[in-house]
Amino acid sequence: MTLDVAIVDYGMGNLRSVHNALRFVAPDARIEITSDAQDVHDARRVVVPGQAAMPDTMAALNASGLREAVIAAANSKPFLGICLGLQMLFDVSEEGPTPCLGVYRGTVVRFDPAKMTDAQGQRQKVPHMGWSPVRQARAHPLWAGIADHTRFYFAHSYYPVPREMDLVTGLVAYPDAREPFTCAIGRATLFAVQFHPEKSSTAGLRLLSNFVSWNA
Amino acid sequence: MPLAKRIIPCLDIAAGRVVKGVNFLNLRDAGDPVEVAKRYGEQGADEIAFLDITASVETRGLLYQMIADVAEQVFIPLTVGGGVRAVDDVRALLNAGADKVSINTAGIKNPQLIRDAAARYGAQAIVVAIDAKQTGPGRWEVFTHGGRHPTGLDAIAWAREVERLGAGEILLTSMDRDGAKTGFDLALTRAVADALTIPVIASGGVGTLEHLVDGVLEGGADAVLAASIFHYSEFTITEAKQRMQQAGIEVRESWS
Repeated sequence: MTLDVAIVDYGMGNLRSVHNALRFVAPDARIEITSDAQDVHDARRVVVPGQAAMPDTMAALNASGLREAVIAAANSKPFLGICLGLQMLFDVSEEGPTPCLGVYRGTVVRFDPAKMTDAQGQRQKVPHMGWSPVRQARAHPLWAGIADHTRFYFAHSYYPVPREMDLVTGLVAYPDAREPFTCAIGRATLFAVQFHPEKSSTAGLRLLSNFVSWNA
Repeated sequence: MPLAKRIIPCLDIAAGRVVKGVNFLNLRDAGDPVEVAKRYGEQGADEIAFLDITASVETRGLLYQMIADVAEQVFIPLTVGGGVRAVDDVRALLNAGADKVSINTAGIKNPQLIRDAAARYGAQAIVVAIDAKQTGPGRWEVFTHGGRHPTGLDAIAWAREVERLGAGEILLTSMDRDGAKTGFDLALTRAVADALTIPVIASGGVGTLEHLVDGVLEGGADAVLAASIFHYSEFTITEAKQRMQQAGIEVRESWS
């Protein structure tokens, strides 16, 4: 039976939080964790979570046989990438370095240890760990009902630098407002975020709920 | 608006239940972890820490089930520690629904565990807990077993080492202050926070909301952890955040 939402399991574990949060916002939807390319192909919506290290993540994705299914989903139907599920969409990550899926032009880079002070001279730490306000760079159905500058939960040391600026749907000022980085992108039926909506309390649940009802 | 300083309530867990007690004595059941965690979440906790204080093999299954139950209803980060001895323990906790796992004694005995766990699950998932006692002016030693066993390790040197091994965060507890309610050891907190590029969670000694403020402003902590002031409902997390905000600290507002 066709899944309403397929959560792609490429063998890096811990998809439970994403599954829990999606089931919480859409208790009647058919939402499953799957490692079957056919499920991903058939599903109405696809979520690609990710954490851990990029070299392991891409190796696991390539070995899983799900690489092509993920790329196809990213180009064809409502797709939500989370954390490494965002980063993997670009050409290459500095972590490793690791070639990624190349769905979009751009790179993934590490926070520069030499630049980790804000305008007030306060030292900022890596990983970027905790709740930062997200500036909604442009309106998007997935931001519906979420106030601009609402805080979301982040836990990462690398961030994406897209080449195409019209992809950018969200920005966050870390380590400092002078150089905000891209924390959300959107194009056509794809949306992807660096933060963790499944761990971002009410605002995160709203974003997931928006995704599940998105008529992209 | 910069990154918010976090408030992390900590729950002691035995056999899958929340317990209260002082120094492992007179433990009594203090409720259903799901209900307590939900309440903290609603009050605006930025994260919740769970410490399995028995950490016995017999009750491990109950801990996993408890984490799974909480993760079904509480959608903020969950950190779990106590009895983490191997990468398999880290995996089991993450699979149960923990977002971060804290490693203490086993990382001292076998630092490779920290490296392996961070390489496998990412720095953001690995917290190293350091229990320190002051041994002289500006000197602190790492202790284990609730402060009873000295390790010979200098706390600041060990903190630097675990950062090098790949830990994403330090949970720093002053064993001199733990349970004393006289405030964090601010000199210790400041020394470790300044020495590291990864975030530091201050722990041990919170008795008032002012102590939380001091931990951030004087100690330089990125997050503050407290147990009893929230357990016994002396203060709500909302009150704690409001006090921190009055002191000029960036917090995640959850009351408006």
